[in-house]
Amino acid sequence: MKPSEEKPGLFDSEKNIQRVLYLLYGGCAVLLVIEILYRRHSYHPWENLLAFYPLYGFLGCVVLVLIAKWMRRFLMRDEAYYDRLEQSADDRKYGGGAK
Amino acid sequence: MWQFSVPPFAIFYIAALLVLVLRGRLCSSVMVATPILGAINLWAMGEGTILFQGAANFEFVIYHGDRLSLLFGYLFHLAGLIAILYALHVKDRLQQVASLLYAGSALGAVFAGDLITLFVFWELLALTSVFLIWARRTNRAYHAGMRYLMIQICSGLLLLAGIVVYSRYSDSLRFDQIGLEGLHGWLIFIAFGIKCAFPLLHNWLTDAYPESTPTGAVFLSAFTTKVAVYALARGYPGTELLIYIGAAMTCFPIFFAVIENDLRRVLAYSLVNQLGFMVVGIGVGTALAINGAVAHAFTDVIFKGLLFMSMGAVLHVTGRMNGSDLGGLYKTMPKTTVLCIIGAASISAFPLFSGFVSKSMIMSAAISENYSWVWLMLLFASAGVFHHAGIKIPYFAFFAHDSGIRAKEPPVNMLIAMTIAAALCIGIGVFPDLLYRHLPFDMDYSAYDMTHVLAQTQLLFFSALAFVWLNRRGLYPPELRSVNLDGEWLYRRAAPALWWRCYGSWQRLLEILTKEFRRGQRTLSRRFDSAFSEQGVLSQSASTGSIAAWMLAFLLVLILLWSA
Repeated sequence: MKPSEEKPGLFDSEKNIQRVLYLLYGGCAVLLVIEILYRRHSYHPWENLLAFYPLYGFLGCVVLVLIAKWMRRFLMRDEAYYDRLEQSADDRKYGGGAK
Repeated sequence: MWQFSVPPFAIFYIAALLVLVLRGRLCSSVMVATPILGAINLWAMGEGTILFQGAANFEFVIYHGDRLSLLFGYLFHLAGLIAILYALHVKDRLQQVASLLYAGSALGAVFAGDLITLFVFWELLALTSVFLIWARRTNRAYHAGMRYLMIQICSGLLLLAGIVVYSRYSDSLRFDQIGLEGLHGWLIFIAFGIKCAFPLLHNWLTDAYPESTPTGAVFLSAFTTKVAVYALARGYPGTELLIYIGAAMTCFPIFFAVIENDLRRVLAYSLVNQLGFMVVGIGVGTALAINGAVAHAFTDVIFKGLLFMSMGAVLHVTGRMNGSDLGGLYKTMPKTTVLCIIGAASISAFPLFSGFVSKSMIMSAAISENYSWVWLMLLFASAGVFHHAGIKIPYFAFFAHDSGIRAKEPPVNMLIAMTIAAALCIGIGVFPDLLYRHLPFDMDYSAYDMTHVLAQTQLLFFSALAFVWLNRRGLYPPELRSVNLDGEWLYRRAAPALWWRCYGSWQRLLEILTKEFRRGQRTLSRRFDSAFSEQGVLSQSASTGSIAAWMLAFLLVLILLWSA
């Protein structure tokens, strides 16, 4: 079946994506309310900071992604970067033959 | 009562021989029956030892069953069964035989009671598993397999060197606590560290696993690294250095995983990250921590296997593995999508999934032993693993943009294997006591208290929120067709480039020397020619008088020299 003939997928509609996102936002809000209402047992003083886990999770991921993105600047090469060298090494070894 | 005690590895080796000659359904039946029979045999054997009288009166302990090795033994039978079912459609004899021998070698290694037996199976693990990489039969796989084999053999040689040094200190070569005292302790530690993918020794894993066959990766992800975890748990429990090594292992791979395009390579980085948690647990060394490490090894084999299976299924049906080429597969592969999400939820340690009940033990152990910074690193890694394995893998393979690929679900045997793994992920997550009661140490621990559940759920929900926010703001790095440099750059690029440069310089030097030599040769021969030619010095006749005068002068010089 060609993509044009098939029925649209669940996430082809922006509305459904929004629904999933609202679920996530709702979940986050509920977790924050529980954070305020429930006195959690803590093993470490840092855990007593308000919204320690939500903040740590959010900021941790943002920092992770931004650092990783910055790493691309000096780590990223084209797909054939290693293949070229290995191919030319093979050519030298086998006189241009395959393998 | 069970009459025959067959060492667990032997069953797999015999099956490999049978598979070599059998065909069709009979061959498939033997393969499926092997881990089931093996598990029954193991259950009947239980704790105890089997000795084998070797040469020079050395007694090889080819089976040593205790709570630690038995748990890994059962795990390997389970992983073997799932992986064999997953690979049942594969008719490649090379892969069938290699996978059985490989699983057998892993069992041989965890039940090895002495270091020599461990060494033998340690090397056999390398030799048998490399065929699962080469079986992809591409140029890349051939090279990656060669590099993999060389590094694995190095690990074995270090182990052997450690054993030789150890044998000078100790009369017994029993495989027990080794510790970092003495040269042997360090040699064996590094040997284990290579197989366990310690930082900077990890590149064989992220290099070779993604180049293996779709089914081969499932076997590979289960055995080699878990044998190393077992070996560390037996030889180096409570070694503080392991805590810091493990913490580094949990953190650095996640950065690479975020920008990696090959989704099986993302899983390979995530494998290193999960091994980090186990290594921290072994390093902390308390009963809770070791239990946590072993439990996490158990759950990891299943959920990481499930993720490798789901990606293998995608590779099998689409022939592609890059995040940049995939997307929108949920439309035609809904079952695989759901199974992959279960694996992703498990590795992310969502409550009610298997990763939660094992990882929380390690985190609790680290915090109760006052390793605050390590605990913070583990927490960061937990958020990170959700980000790259929990969200990125299913998102870029099955959702994201519609790639236009309309692939069918994979063969039914693949779906069955994935369903078993997914059921185990949820089963262990909901009923953790099933796993807890088989752990090496007795303990009183419950993962499901409000504090744990709330903290972990908050961490994960807000990590997901971060993903959504970054994506909506266009800050999330897109999937790009590329390779990222990692430690293997040293031996894949720098060292060969240096070698070819040195080789080139040597060749040029040889050329110059040869040219100069030839020129010297030609000049000399011209001189000779002219000296002997008709007008040449040596063709001239001289008078007798002058000869006599020259002789006299020569003799005078001789006499003067003699008398001086």
